[in-house]
Amino acid sequence: MIPATFDYVKPTTVDEAVAALAGAGDDAKVLAGGHSLLPVLRLRLAAPGLLVDLGGIEELRGVRLDGGALVVGAMTTHAEVAGDPQVRDNAALLAQAAACIGDRQVRHRGTIGGSLAHADPAGDLPTAAVALDAELVVAGPSGRRTVKAREFFVDYFTTALRPDEVLVEVRVPALPGWGAHYAKVSRTAQAWATVAVAAAVRRDNGTIGEARVALTNMGPTPVRATAVEQALAGAGPDGVAAAAGHAAEGTSPPSDTTASAAYRTHLATVLTRRAVARAAGFIAVDGVPSPRGGTE
Amino acid sequence: MTATVAEREVGRARLRKEDAHLIRGRTRWTENVTVPGMLHLAILRSPHAHARITRVDVSAALRSPNVVAAFTGADLADLQGVLACAWPVTEDMVAPTYTPLATTEVRHVGEPVAVVVARDRASAVDALEAIEVDYEPLPVVLDMEQALADGAPLVHAEAGTNKCYTWVFDSAQAGTGGDVAQAAAGAEVTLKRRYVQQRLVPAFMEPRSVLVDPGQDDITIWSATQIPHILRFLLSATTGVPEHKIRVIAPDVGGGFGGKLAATPEEWIAFAVARKIDRPVKYTESRWETMVSAHHGRDVIQDLTLYARRDGTVTGLEVKLTANMGAYLGLVTPGVPLLGAFMYNAIYKIPAYRFECTGVFTNTTKTDAYRGAGRPEATYAIERIMDDLAAELGMDPVEVRRRNWIAHEEFPYTTVAGLVYDSGNYEAATEKAMQLFGYEQLRAEQRARRESGDPVQLGIGVSTYTEMCGIAPSRMLGALNYGAGGWEAARVRVLPTGKVEVVTGTSPHGQGHVTAWSQIVADQLGVPFEDVEVLHGDTRTSPKGLDTYGSRSLAVGGVALAMACGKVRDKARLVAAHLLECSPDDVEFADGAFRVRGTPTAAKTLAEIATAVFTAHDLPEGMEPNLDSDAVFDPDAFSFPHGTHLCAVEVDTETGQVTIRNYACVDDVGTVINPLIVEGQVHGGVAQGIGQALYEEAVYDSDGNLLTGSLADYTVPSAADLPSFTTDRTETPATTNPLGVKGVGEAGTIAATPAVVNAVVDALRPYGVDDVPMPCTPERVWQALQQAKEAAA
Repeated sequence: MIPATFDYVKPTTVDEAVAALAGAGDDAKVLAGGHSLLPVLRLRLAAPGLLVDLGGIEELRGVRLDGGALVVGAMTTHAEVAGDPQVRDNAALLAQAAACIGDRQVRHRGTIGGSLAHADPAGDLPTAAVALDAELVVAGPSGRRTVKAREFFVDYFTTALRPDEVLVEVRVPALPGWGAHYAKVSRTAQAWATVAVAAAVRRDNGTIGEARVALTNMGPTPVRATAVEQALAGAGPDGVAAAAGHAAEGTSPPSDTTASAAYRTHLATVLTRRAVARAAGFIAVDGVPSPRGGTE
Repeated sequence: MTATVAEREVGRARLRKEDAHLIRGRTRWTENVTVPGMLHLAILRSPHAHARITRVDVSAALRSPNVVAAFTGADLADLQGVLACAWPVTEDMVAPTYTPLATTEVRHVGEPVAVVVARDRASAVDALEAIEVDYEPLPVVLDMEQALADGAPLVHAEAGTNKCYTWVFDSAQAGTGGDVAQAAAGAEVTLKRRYVQQRLVPAFMEPRSVLVDPGQDDITIWSATQIPHILRFLLSATTGVPEHKIRVIAPDVGGGFGGKLAATPEEWIAFAVARKIDRPVKYTESRWETMVSAHHGRDVIQDLTLYARRDGTVTGLEVKLTANMGAYLGLVTPGVPLLGAFMYNAIYKIPAYRFECTGVFTNTTKTDAYRGAGRPEATYAIERIMDDLAAELGMDPVEVRRRNWIAHEEFPYTTVAGLVYDSGNYEAATEKAMQLFGYEQLRAEQRARRESGDPVQLGIGVSTYTEMCGIAPSRMLGALNYGAGGWEAARVRVLPTGKVEVVTGTSPHGQGHVTAWSQIVADQLGVPFEDVEVLHGDTRTSPKGLDTYGSRSLAVGGVALAMACGKVRDKARLVAAHLLECSPDDVEFADGAFRVRGTPTAAKTLAEIATAVFTAHDLPEGMEPNLDSDAVFDPDAFSFPHGTHLCAVEVDTETGQVTIRNYACVDDVGTVINPLIVEGQVHGGVAQGIGQALYEEAVYDSDGNLLTGSLADYTVPSAADLPSFTTDRTETPATTNPLGVKGVGEAGTIAATPAVVNAVVDALRPYGVDDVPMPCTPERVWQALQQAKEAAA
């Protein structure tokens, strides 16, 4: 559990970080909170020659509102995201997903940018970002560009981020007043999601005006459950279960030591029904307590 | 003992003396120990579950930066010795040669193959990558039943079989009970069940670590071990280094759970390497190395047949075990199931009993003792099948137990397995637990949820356990072919100022012996708790002992300590009589001092007596000027803690998730020295038992790779997964030792697993489910429901 030798730099600006990466080619890795990267290094699953630590870059930290968008700096910790009133008011789903990551220690060290860039299919924040149609701002040698969350996640642990780019911030269209629920089943309280479902709902006179639903760990990347969303438009409490029946469409869940694909497929349906019902305020439909890890 | 009730230390919830330095990080783990000139060892391990080694070349590693030496198994062949199994359970048991470094063949993933010694640990680990090993893969066998089948690949070709042994106990043959064949013939109800004890990893917090300093003329070993004394004996016996030239120190040790009740390849390798290069060498494992190389626990298939009458009376029990040894035999590997052999009859008056266990070799990490060792397995199986009997008869599970258990007035009671239970009160513990738990209210809620078709069902699990601990009477261990005795030693030294130094042969690694032993001595000698120092874990200061495992430390070592204190008291009484100018017969030890009977103001404290002994100016004629004593206690019998654990779970029938709603337990561990320590042991033990029930499992792929090689994949529950436990006690003192103590280290783990699984199954019985294999993960629960649904369709 000792990493191979590497060089280490700790820039104080994004430009310095980009410059450091530019000089290292494919041999560099960006270090954010370190909760995914350090285990990988210690197990020698990767042996980069250079680590560029973003921990010293103040401009990457914090939450602000910019017009209709909530902007979260890449180095903002999960605990900060979960506890921030602006996030709770404008992107409640993001706050809920951040609140159920790992344990307290992880949430105070792990960052939103690290989680998104790591692109673990069992990660919670990528799913929330996809559900909320977030945009990711990345900085590279030729300046900044914006990537839609749905295009950012390419494959298992693979993103549209190039080796010489740094994820700078996440821009989430503000959805004030929307209900949200992140329903998660995991083997232990601090384990990764076996399956989780992110739901955000615009309530409209006791029915669902519009719904956004995305699934965690139902494929190599977060899956947007578009069939569910379409079926939910205008639905009342009685329509949720039928809509949730479409949850597993187009998914390709893994079978591993945590669970089989068949069980994941089943969970996706159950959790979609529950997450949507809760996000819509239809709790009476279910009467089932929130699965462990899910938060109001 | 003899102090007044108000001053008694025994029974006080003392905060632990150990904790201040643990909490403040002032610990001395083996990894923290540094000696001049120390080098670092790294071990190359087999990536194959079974392969012939055709070539090992360490020459490139020798050229790596900071590397001092590198060795293959062949290089160390004349020095490394062998790892011995201390428990040949049958005369024809297959005990393959087990070398610390493999030389010609590897038999499980993680088996040590070569070593590098470097000036720093990182360089040693880096250099491992330069070692070249050629392997010729051999067929792998992982499944026990496949391993026993004809034509199976052999783990040890020279043995000609994968069967290690078959050991049988039959109450008809032993003369301790009837014949199970007759019970079978007359049974009104026959239940056949298969339960599977999954493989577990003893997930102690501190990884194993060893430092060997060859010194000048003698060798000092620091090791994260539970057994410094046994380690010293075994190192000497298997390497030829004279015992008096070996000093073993177990400094602060961060948990063991049986996982450090071991003579490990890593200790033997470090010992050999340090001798070979004549330099101090340290090795500390990574967590992956813990997972693949430290021994595993459980992994037993249990086939039970229970015979009963329709009124619920059990008339016979047959148990057939298939126990996974892994690839090699560790210190007590084959004996672990035997520790359970005497416990399947549990607290019940079963008239006929037969037990048979077959040990099997597979290409997996060896198994050995893990918290409870044999007894959790036994308790799980009998408590599960008692619940099944209740369900079969439409009876309440508590009622079925009541009809079969030994009534309190029947003690001492000789069981069908031939053990004499000295004491117990199952009725009292059960009654108290049911009240704390709210048994009737929860049953009412269960009925309501069943009637309303609630997707979240409530299940109630019962576990009325006993166990045999305080290991152990040496003669009984001898009768079971165990290689050592079960006594324990203590020494008391009263210093000139009246402070007391205690030397114990027990080797605490989290249990709080320093605190509990101080409380015992305080009462025994009338000295303040703070005035007692407890020395342990170093064969030079504590040369005699058999260490800590099997809930034995208090019931054996604590009693030895009380005996040693008694000897000091006897001598102090003579000195007091001399100083008080009266007959020793007129001196009594009361209220913490030696007093003249009838004239209590005429008194001498231990401190005054100690000073008199130190100056030796005026002692009774011929008396040696010391207030020291030694005692060794070898118990006549095991001790038998018992209790009733009740668990209520909510089972989400849609997701399969199990949430523990309520957990109440009443344990009877005899006389309690420190209730806080007892409660801590119960909490930790219950958590670990819940771990087996719901969370933990070591899983191999078909090639023999451990898929659960980290604590991310091997899911140990944390506080966030566990409920608040409601704990209480009854106190029925043991009659087999003068302190009345029984032991508490394993009780919670033994009791909890069946309580939780019984609760899960109880929740699902209306759906036609009668078993959920452990761990009862959400998916397993869901699958059980699916299968029941398909069976009903």
